[in-house]
Order: sequence, then structure tokens, then C-alpha cells
Amino acid sequence: MTGAAAGMIRLEGIARHFRMGDQEVRALDGVDLAIDAGEYVSIMGPSGSGKSTLLNVLGLLDRPDAGRYLLDGADVAALSEPAQAQVRRTRIGFVFQSFHLVARLTAFENIELPLVLEGIAPAERRRRVEAALGAIGLAERAHHTPNELSGGQRQRVAIARATILQPAVLLADEPTGNLDHRTGAEVVAVLEDLQRRGTTLIVVTHDRELGARAQRRIAMRDGRVVGDER
Amino acid sequence: MKLRDTLALSLASIASTRTRSLLIVLAMALGVGAVVVLTALGEGARRYVVDQFASLGTNLVIVLPGRAETSGGLVGAALGQTPRDLTLDDAHAIGQLPGVRRHAPLNVGAAELASGGRLREVTVLGGNAELLPIRHMSLSRGRFTAGSGQIVLGRVIAQEFFPDGSAVGQRVRLGDRRFRVSGVLSEQGESMGFNTDEVVIVPVEDAQALFNTETLFRILIEADSRAAIEPVKRATIRLLTLRHDGEEDVTVITQDAVLATFDRILGALTLAVAGIAAISLAVAGILVMNVMLVAVAQRTAEIGLLKAIGAPSADVRRLFFAEALWLSLAGGALGFAIGQLGSWGLRLAYPALPAWPPVWASAAGIATALVTGVLASLGPAARAARLDPVRALSGK
Ligand SMILES: Nc1ncnc2c1ncn2[C@@H]1O[C@H](COP(=O)(O)OP(=O)(O)O)[C@@H](O)[C@H]1O
Ligand SMILES: [Mg+2]
Repeated sequence: MTGAAAGMIRLEGIARHFRMGDQEVRALDGVDLAIDAGEYVSIMGPSGSGKSTLLNVLGLLDRPDAGRYLLDGADVAALSEPAQAQVRRTRIGFVFQSFHLVARLTAFENIELPLVLEGIAPAERRRRVEAALGAIGLAERAHHTPNELSGGQRQRVAIARATILQPAVLLADEPTGNLDHRTGAEVVAVLEDLQRRGTTLIVVTHDRELGARAQRRIAMRDGRVVGDER
Repeated sequence: MKLRDTLALSLASIASTRTRSLLIVLAMALGVGAVVVLTALGEGARRYVVDQFASLGTNLVIVLPGRAETSGGLVGAALGQTPRDLTLDDAHAIGQLPGVRRHAPLNVGAAELASGGRLREVTVLGGNAELLPIRHMSLSRGRFTAGSGQIVLGRVIAQEFFPDGSAVGQRVRLGDRRFRVSGVLSEQGESMGFNTDEVVIVPVEDAQALFNTETLFRILIEADSRAAIEPVKRATIRLLTLRHDGEEDVTVITQDAVLATFDRILGALTLAVAGIAAISLAVAGILVMNVMLVAVAQRTAEIGLLKAIGAPSADVRRLFFAEALWLSLAGGALGFAIGQLGSWGLRLAYPALPAWPPVWASAAGIATALVTGVLASLGPAARAARLDPVRALSGK
């Protein structure tokens, strides 16, 4: 145990339980995991094995019932609510299977949201959002709303939004789950490009082919890590 | 998040639910408008009455014959005595009292006015030269020194009898007596339901001769100042009691007391209608709260997403708070406009009524709209801020 040097992300005995009626579901049942900066990790496992729950804990969207989560050596649970929000905003990007774009906002405005929350001035926001739109090849679609975009375009907008503040970690929960093979491949290319340029990428997927592309492949079952190959 | 962005983002989300936003704004506007119009009405009624009294004269003390007892009836009458009449001597004596600036004996009756083949019945006021200044009446032509045989014509009468404007100096007959027109009243309009444009004024002695009486209808007194009103009233009662063989058989009323009573009643009335209107505002507030709760429920996923991408609870709370603020501001402003328009309509429909909404009512109306709107948003905003991102995202 040498602190931050041993891993940017450290999970120790993480447990998350849900109560369904009179029966307790152990979505995470003692997960130990260390992930270093810049890694490309895939998480696979049968449906209900706790992959999304793990990713939610990593993304600070959910609190574990037990265990410790150290991010860059600091215990996340000890952070205040605004400090946790700050971590979600600037250090972790989250990409969802169902995109979760705000329907009434344009692609530009959706990508701009984290910059607005961060309090960045409009001129600088415009510069960064335009650059991001260019990078995902959607400069022409800047002022379209999500329902005027294809699934692949929506997911690319969502990725641009998740990474606009250049977080160190990008979490993607089945990012291609709602896409056909070809557009899925395009989205994967965007993600892997970010990873090559230094972002830590953690992808939850059902897709064996996608999972196999990662340098490190973690397998889950019944809320536990049952395999970890490099 | 910067304040500017909070305001812009909340405004955008209001614009995206146009119908709902319009309905809230309308509800608030009607509440504020009601406050403004109803207080304008109440305040207008109050001002109308105050103005009417003010037009009667300044620091006015009025002496009436007979004693009005609050316990009921006239004491003199109950004892089988008739109250003594007011006389010209009484009026003269009052004129000597300290604190009395002017006094005017007053007689009122009706008589036939005739001149140049024209004939009509007119109301006759008998008074002295002080009657006009005490009653705030002025002459457009001529003068009135209450010299025997002088007569002043009301504006309308003068016009009827002498359409060419040559009234002053003309001879007229009033009842069985002859007069020479010495002046014409300028336009006075209605005052306490008494149209001075259609009266004639003659010296009180002539009026007494005309109506064959020694008595007076009233004695009008103008006190030196507001502070002198009560001392003058007491001194008058003492004097007349003395002059009437120790019997207090007159009633002395002050304009002040009557006015104060009306002022109080109408002021309370204004507050009451304002209160009723404020209730409609409170209802609008509840409506806003409901709509905000619905908005939070409908936008659960959006709130979850905002939190997932790093919005602190405080930002989420402020966003909803700002939405309520926008809605109440718009409602308040629109309501103010509706209220001003309504009051204008009232003044147009009833020109006699000075239905100007008081500034305090407009301010209170708008402030109530803001406060209810903002208070109503606190609960929903807090609920939105508390939402758990994972649950919110999954729409639960
Ligand atoms: N909010 C919740 N309430 C109750 N049970 C939940 C909740 N979230 C997840 N679960 C349960 O926890 C288990 C793991 O779920 P999840 O992490 O979504 O699995 P995966 O993503 O691997 O399919 C499942 O049995 C699921 O039903
Ligand atoms: Mg899942």
C-alpha cells in the first residue's frame, strides 16, 4: 500500500446492497480494485452482475454501503457535497447507454453545460465547444437538438460533453448498447482516441469484441470481481 | 455556476414550457392586478369623500339648532320644551369669540326667480359676505358685500336668465322682493350632492324677510387653524348655552370629526379589499408551487443528469428558484400593468372617482407576488436538489 502511486483509483471492500421487498440484493459484494492513470479497462459480466453499480460508485453517482474509495489517494466519502460535484464535473466524465442529452438544448448547448456549471466565460465556452464539435465531426450539427441527430451522433455529443473539461477518467456504461455495429464502432474510435491521448477509459460492455479491445479486462459475477486479465 | 448563466438557463427552461409558464404568469398577474384595481377603487372612494368634505371649507365648525343626543332624541323635546332657534345675534356673538376667523349665518329656502319674462324656482342661500370664502366659493364676475338688495346668481342660473353674459347690474325679482345682480358664481360643480351652480345668494336679512323668519338654518364658522377647531367648538357651545338661558340646545359639528370617521371607515374598507385581493395572490402562489412541483417531477431525468455532470445541489436549487423568480416577476409586472389599466378604465367610467391606485398597494402587490412565488418554489427547488443522480437518471 503505497497510496496514490499504486493507483489513481483504489476500491477496498466496496459493497452496495439494495433491498427488493424482503430480500437483499448484493449488487456489489466486496470489490477490491486498483486502476492506474491512462489504463484502458473493460468490465464484462452477465446482466445483473453489478457492472453499472460499480461504474456508478466510481463516478460518484452512488455511494457504497461499505468499503473505501480513494481517488488520487483521497477518500471520496469524506468530501462535501459541493466537492463531490466538483469531482464529477472536472475529474470524471460519464457516458451513458441512453445518452442522456437534454432534449430542449442543442448539441452545442449540451456540450456547453459543464462549462456553464464550472463558471467559464461565454467566449471561452464557445471556443472550446466549437473545438470539441469539430473533433467529433459534428461542427455542422452544432445547433440541432438531440432528436434531430442519429444515435451515433447523439453518443458523440454525449462523449464531447463528458470530456469537455478534460477529466482524467472517462466512464462509459454500455456506450454502444443502443447503437448498430457501424455507428458503435465510430463511437468506440472516439473513446479510444481519447484514451490514447491519456484519459483513463473504463468501459462496461456486453459486446465481447469491444471488451477484448481493452488492455485490461475485468470480469464480474454476482457483485464480485471474478477475473482480471491484462 | 455564474448568476448570469443561472438566470439565462432558467429563462430558457421557462420558455421551453410556454403554455404552463403563461398560465402561472397570468394567475399571478390577475392576483396583482386585483390588488391594484381594488385598492384604487377603495382609495378613490376615500379620496372622493375627503375631497367633498374639503370642498365644503377649511377648519369648518357648523352650528345646528336643536340638540342631537347620542342617547336618542332631543332633550328639550323630551322635556316638552322646544329648542331655542339660532338667531342673527347668536351669529354676531360667535363672531366675537377668539379663534374664529370668519363666521357666516346661513338661511336656506326656495323661491321663484323672475326676470325678463323668465321664471324658475331656485334654492336661495341667505348669508353674509363671509359665506363665499368660508364655503370656498368664488365669483367669476362682480362681488358680494351682502348689501341689502344684492343677489349673486349661480353660474347656470346666470346663463339661463342672461345668456349674453350681462347678468351683473340687472334687476331680478325673487319671491315678492326686488334685487340687483351683484355677481355671478364661478363654476363649482357638485359638492355634497348640492349643486351650487343652481343657487342664488342674498344677504341673510333679505332672506329672513323673504321667508318671513327670524331664525337661522346654520351658523358656519371657520376656525383660525386646525388646532383651534376644538376650542372654538367648546367656546361656541358655552356661549350659546349662556345666551339660551343655560340650556345647551344646539349641536356643533366639526368637519374634522365627520371627515375622520369617513376616512377611517373607507381606509379600513380599502385594506379589506386589498386583503381579499391578497388572498387571490396566495392562491396564485399555491398554483406556482404546484406547477413547480410538476416541473421538478417532469424534469427528474434532467436534474439527475445535471448532477451527474457535476452540478452541486446549490446550483440545482438556484435554477428552480430563478425560474420561480422569473415567473413571479413577469406576473408582478403584468399584474401591475393590468391594475393600472383597470384603474384607468375605472376613472374613465366614473370621472368623479379619483381611482388612482396607491403606490403602497402596487408595491405590496408586486412584493407579494415575488414572495409567494419564491416561497412556493423553495420546497420544489429543495426537492430537486435532493434528488439522487442515479435514481433521477433512471426516471424514478
Ligand atoms: N436502484 C436499485 N434498486 C434495487 N436494485 C438494484 C438497483 N440498482 C441495481 N439493482 C440490482 O443490483 C444488481 C446489479 O445491477 P446492475 O449493477 O445494474 O447490473 P449490471 O449493470 O451488471 O446489469 C441487479 O440485481 C439489480 O437488479
Ligand atoms: Mg448495467
